[in-house]
Amino acid sequence: MSHHVVEVRDLSFAYPDGTEALRGVSFRIEHGGAVALIGGNGAGKSTLLLHLNGYLSTTRSDVRIGDTIVTRETAALARRAVGMVFQDPDDQLFMPTVAEDVAFGPLNAGLPPDQVESRVASALERVGMTHLRERPPYRLSAGEKRAVAIATVLAMSPDILVMDEPSSNLDPRARRRLIEHLLSFEHTKIIATHDLELVVEVCRHVLVMDAGRIVAQGPTVEILSDENLMLAHGLERPHILRHAHPH
Amino acid sequence: MGITDWIEIGRMDELGRMDTPAHRLDARAKAIVTLAFIVVVMSFPRHDVSALTPFLLYPIALISLGRIPVGYLARKILIAAPFALFIGIFNPLLDRTPVTTIGTVAISGGWVSFGSIMFRFFLTVGAALALVACTGMNRLGAALERLGVPRVFVVQLLFLYRYLFVVSDQAGKMKRSAEMRSSGRPLRLRVYGSMIGHLLLRSMDRAERVYRAMVARGFDGEVRVLRPSSFVWSDAIFVAGCLLFFVSARLWNLAEAFGRLLTGGAM
Repeated sequence: MSHHVVEVRDLSFAYPDGTEALRGVSFRIEHGGAVALIGGNGAGKSTLLLHLNGYLSTTRSDVRIGDTIVTRETAALARRAVGMVFQDPDDQLFMPTVAEDVAFGPLNAGLPPDQVESRVASALERVGMTHLRERPPYRLSAGEKRAVAIATVLAMSPDILVMDEPSSNLDPRARRRLIEHLLSFEHTKIIATHDLELVVEVCRHVLVMDAGRIVAQGPTVEILSDENLMLAHGLERPHILRHAHPH
Repeated sequence: MGITDWIEIGRMDELGRMDTPAHRLDARAKAIVTLAFIVVVMSFPRHDVSALTPFLLYPIALISLGRIPVGYLARKILIAAPFALFIGIFNPLLDRTPVTTIGTVAISGGWVSFGSIMFRFFLTVGAALALVACTGMNRLGAALERLGVPRVFVVQLLFLYRYLFVVSDQAGKMKRSAEMRSSGRPLRLRVYGSMIGHLLLRSMDRAERVYRAMVARGFDGEVRVLRPSSFVWSDAIFVAGCLLFFVSARLWNLAEAFGRLLTGGAM
């Protein structure tokens, strides 16, 4: 199905203070895959993600989500298709209770109350957080917050999941649970992260960014095993791939 | 840590989720009655004290029906007390005409009005806090909105409440890390100034990120909430009963009338 395709063509963006965050980014992601977006701090990963749902947009549009060219006018459509999980769950969970937070997106989409309720129930069930329904979000643990933040996005039934640093601040068990969830989601996934071991487990393809450009892309193991490439862009060869080749 | 512990904001949420007769009343009913209460208490002439005493009944009723711990509520009231203190503190200096005597000590009008201000402060702040404690901030917000308070104000109020926790937590962490590098010396005012500045900038960044997350989930300026609540007969009786009591206590000095009743009209 074509509406899972994400295509970015020659995308450039500078912040009002003149910082050039993106300099001619191009890539295409087909349906169903999980793609990692890796690169050092300030490489432009988060800025790129914000273009995918039209939060940031340039005058001529270079982003296509499915059949939609993302512009200011079509941003609402893009936001329905692209679910975005932000880096800090405290930014994402702003309603008084977990259930209301999960209901926020579906209510904005104009769904009737009974459908909203079933979306909320199934999204919370999906991430195993049903028991936290009525709790205020700021009193949850980091792992719970992350899971609920993901549920808030799942409840909108997006085609594409975009995540910024999903495993940051998680303890090993919560991180493991996150990886299992990611593997179980059938959505197209775009994951910006420094957690290269997670990339090896979850993503088939990798985009490497540095200074606002895509400097390499390809199959995960191939790219991440290229020690020179990784070191040149502030990254490293992850441990699980260390002994993939005989000496 | 820090300020959040001090204001125990989480505790307020827990109280708000309890299930008691006071909690079961419709939030709109409680909001209307509390607002009426505040207006009536504030409408008394400035030298009245005794006529105000019957109004203690309303906060006491909310507190006992809502099973709200009195000590907790009293601490919250004391946090706000300095504001009332500064409003009233000059009255005894400005108004020195004696209006009454206790034993041989003449009490000036200033002291009486100061006492009246403090008493009203305890009544109104106590009632407002009791209202939040037996309603919960979120239900109260929804009630205000359904009563016609503009949505922007309600949303601001709820966000203020929601992020108070996050921001004060951040402030606590900044203070702690500054103290850890201060070799036991108290922090200078300049350091506090810089910390407050940082906190403001971080809060603005935070606001931007929160807005971004809201927009990503289809926010278009209207906050939609999913909360069934119904205004039933008992709510109507509660509102009518309370209003009737407030009006009669405003028109007649019930404390004096009660005193006359007890002493057989000899007052």
